[in-house]
Amino acid sequence: MLDIVHLVLFTFLAVVAVAIIRLKDLFAAVMLMGIFSLLSASLFTVMDAVDVAFTEAAVGAGISTILMLATLALTESEEEPKYNRFKILPLIAVVLTGAVLVFATFDMPRYGDPEAPIHQHVAPHYIEHTDDEIGVPNMVTAVLASYRGYDTWGETTVIFTACVGVMLLLGGHAIVERFRRRRKLDVEGDS
Amino acid sequence: MISHLIPRVLSKLLIPLIMLFALYVQFHGDYGPGGGFQAGVIFGAGIILYSLLFGLDQAKEVFPPRVLEIFVAGGVLLYGGVGIAAIFAGGNFLDYDVLAHDPHHGQHLGILLVELGVGITVAAVMATIFFQFAGRGRTDD
Amino acid sequence: MIEWGLYNYWVVIFLMMTGLYVVISRGNLIKKIIGLNIFQVSVIMFYVSMGKVRGGTAPIDAPGFEIYSNPLPHVLMLTAIVVGVATTALALAIVVRIGEEYGTIEEDKIREIEAEEHPN
Repeated sequence: MLDIVHLVLFTFLAVVAVAIIRLKDLFAAVMLMGIFSLLSASLFTVMDAVDVAFTEAAVGAGISTILMLATLALTESEEEPKYNRFKILPLIAVVLTGAVLVFATFDMPRYGDPEAPIHQHVAPHYIEHTDDEIGVPNMVTAVLASYRGYDTWGETTVIFTACVGVMLLLGGHAIVERFRRRRKLDVEGDS
Repeated sequence: MISHLIPRVLSKLLIPLIMLFALYVQFHGDYGPGGGFQAGVIFGAGIILYSLLFGLDQAKEVFPPRVLEIFVAGGVLLYGGVGIAAIFAGGNFLDYDVLAHDPHHGQHLGILLVELGVGITVAAVMATIFFQFAGRGRTDD
Repeated sequence: MIEWGLYNYWVVIFLMMTGLYVVISRGNLIKKIIGLNIFQVSVIMFYVSMGKVRGGTAPIDAPGFEIYSNPLPHVLMLTAIVVGVATTALALAIVVRIGEEYGTIEEDKIREIEAEEHPN
């Protein structure tokens, strides 16, 4: 059942998204992204995904806004109107794609339907056996760390790799210098 | 640098609480919402708040980038190490049942260590990325 | 009659198309990353809204509750958010380097500069 809270939050989300793409001022757009995150975190809470809401609130309000602002400070914070005119072709493309996707939704299970295919396969096993197989009340933690530990291991590696990439792109100069200095010290120490 | 007296005083009260809350989220993740990812992000946000208010140089003295780099790799290694330890204990990779005398205790231990590894990596990664962005453009010598 | 049970999918599709529109129509690289973020939130919303069960509660085992929402989409999406912010940081780092190199983050302007420097 889709009650009034869901309806209002979903509609707000769509409105904020439109506001974000219409803004020329990137600073304001980044601030609105924070509100967008907050709204989606509230939606996750009402959809019972408390862990996801927690993560989204911390990431969206804290980290990603700060990183975007840091980037704006290092580059420029206005779109140039000359290069960002309204274009009709992309609009037609997304409207057509959206229409096809909306047509496809009529075959989808309704919101909250317990008979939906997604609830038939492995999820009942997790819900029923977490207690006796893992012994941890929070099923999300049990699935995250134990049943699907390989997934999480991969995700952690992706975060590690992204960090190494950022360090090479932005701090590469300092890292190279440090290695050079150390090698010079080694050479002096040997001689 | 402009002195932000009131935010500084307030954040001196808040930052320890933020970090304490991150640890609570980390170790209470088995019983309530939370876990390594959330705790790492909150801890990282605490470090970022500190460096926003007290300046990058002081933040780099409190959280040295070299140490953060070690933590970035250390968390991933802790995660992988738990998997390898399970192999040596006679199970499969990341099979926590064999880590302790009782499967339930093994699972608890494995989940705790694995989440700790995730939390360490995420916190260190968030702080490192912020330091890289904030340090850009002023130390171009 | 409108099927309100499909409203979540429609909003998800709207957000997805909004993000896609920004990515393909705007030349500003930061705006493109914002569009990618909106697209990402739409996919996360899609998974989580499919995991909801009518009358269910958050998937934390507690006495007195029988129906739980599906924990699997939550797990997948919670890691996806954190991985998403790490990869966004990587994209922003590339944008910073492009800005330092060309003095602009407008795609078309970069193309003009390239065309001047390397005609043909």
